[in-house]
Amino acid sequence: MKPSLAGWVFAAPALLVIGLFFGLPVLSALALSLTDFDLYALADMGDLRFVALDNYLELLRTPMFWKALWNTTYFVVVGVPLSIAVSLGAALLLNAPAARFRALFRTALFAPVVTTLVAVAVIWRYLFHTSYGLVNWAMGHAGIGPVDWLGDPRWAMPTIILFAVWKNFGYNMVIFLAGLQAIPRDLYEAARIDGASRWKQFLHITLPQLGPVLLVVGVITVSGYFQLFAEPYVMTRGDPLQSTVSVLYFMFEEGFKWWNLGRASAVAFLLFLIILGVTTLLLRLGRRKELV
Amino acid sequence: MSREVGQSRWHGLLVNGALLALAVVSLAPLLWMVAVSFMPAGEASRFPPPLLPSQGSFDSYREMFARTGMARNFANSLLVSSAITLGSLLFNTLAGYAFAKLRFAGRERVFQLLLAALVIPAQVAMLPLFLMMKQLGLVNSYGGVVAPALASVFGIFLVRQYARSIPDELLEAARIDGAGEWRIFFRIVLPMLKPVLVTLAIFTFMAAWNDFMWPLIVLTDQEHYTLPVALASLSREHIMDVEMMMAGAVVTVLPVLLLFLVLQRYYIQGLLLGSVKG
Repeated sequence: MKPSLAGWVFAAPALLVIGLFFGLPVLSALALSLTDFDLYALADMGDLRFVALDNYLELLRTPMFWKALWNTTYFVVVGVPLSIAVSLGAALLLNAPAARFRALFRTALFAPVVTTLVAVAVIWRYLFHTSYGLVNWAMGHAGIGPVDWLGDPRWAMPTIILFAVWKNFGYNMVIFLAGLQAIPRDLYEAARIDGASRWKQFLHITLPQLGPVLLVVGVITVSGYFQLFAEPYVMTRGDPLQSTVSVLYFMFEEGFKWWNLGRASAVAFLLFLIILGVTTLLLRLGRRKELV
Repeated sequence: MSREVGQSRWHGLLVNGALLALAVVSLAPLLWMVAVSFMPAGEASRFPPPLLPSQGSFDSYREMFARTGMARNFANSLLVSSAITLGSLLFNTLAGYAFAKLRFAGRERVFQLLLAALVIPAQVAMLPLFLMMKQLGLVNSYGGVVAPALASVFGIFLVRQYARSIPDELLEAARIDGAGEWRIFFRIVLPMLKPVLVTLAIFTFMAAWNDFMWPLIVLTDQEHYTLPVALASLSREHIMDVEMMMAGAVVTVLPVLLLFLVLQRYYIQGLLLGSVKG
């Protein structure tokens, strides 16, 4: 077997799996989103009709879609900066010369990342329970009245954001830590001789040097946070008052509860376009600021 | 002089204090889970909420295995995650090596296409994929969970990055000696890729074990549920049985947490290779 043939033969199984179970479905999703595929079509394909962009236009007139989009945007706009700030802060602490037991702390801070999301979401439901939860009990000692974390429409999304930050910050922390360790020591040395404070060093050395890493982390985190699903599914079922229905949660219900697969595909594609738009914008902004 | 020493001591205290606080926040929910799982039934719902069990008890575990199908779900998770890990390890390694070291027509274009596909969220494919699985008779079967996960762009990319460092002369020499391509792959390439194989294996296993949305869609009865899906459905029915739910959470989280603790060096390497240099 010639190497050129071997190349195709070796790549074929993986390409086949990805093509068959990802490429083909993605293209079908586009086609599906242009049809009225529903429960009737599921039983008899003869009921299927081509509806062009009707699904998309109808979605834009559906208040629940806008609500889901708003909730998801809230989650992204508050969650991503908070998440990145905590990750960066933790990485800076771990990288500080004064830090002790680094390996131990790093492992501890990273642990939530590898845990099963569903399992820890169940734990948080108990910890943030209004009357039995440890969080309200502890806050009661500080004289703060009980908060109905997951039952109050104003608090449910912030609680989910807190949960997501807790679960995810370790991931970006490790990436930031590698980025921090790559910054040449003598830059700080020189700044110290010039009498620059720690804050000044952070602003003028650390942040600019970390620029490219920050951009990559930002893009990955934004696109990940737009795909919010399991947290509301396990913690709130989209309630209270649908304040935690995310775009994917809405897609899941449309598709697998009501079997409006055409409409649900349109939701999926709209989400894809939104993610693509936002991440492209972020990359453009980053390039203009010459982060990369 | 003494002021500076004092200041740096305060600084050290501040840094380590903050790290300790973060570590406590990170681990507290997990420690609470373990503590509650050993409490006698009903104890966790008392007020004020106890932090430690009044007496160690395995009741909640016994009850969980007796009253729910969690033992079965555990076996399902183990089976599905192992199958995915073994299968995708083979497919991704073959492809990653091909993209790194074997010249074939269209190689660069196909690889670019794969990387471009990374921007498409997996959920876009899920609706038609479900219909496809229905056609194939794979809905509510292990195959429905395993098949789509048998290869991944991330895995191919990871192996390719690593395989590029294999010297071409080594492969050429083997070819001149008359070794076939399969022989070269299994005898020469695979042993050299060992570190990245470990990394890829634990990444894949953990991702498969923790995966939720697709198994939730394609598995339709309790018998076939993996642990996360079973736990999510249990938490609906048994939300009042705090101790039993926490026993379920321990059983779900512990295997991956232990795996990470043992192999964390490989895990972190893979994480860095996959994101920063991507």
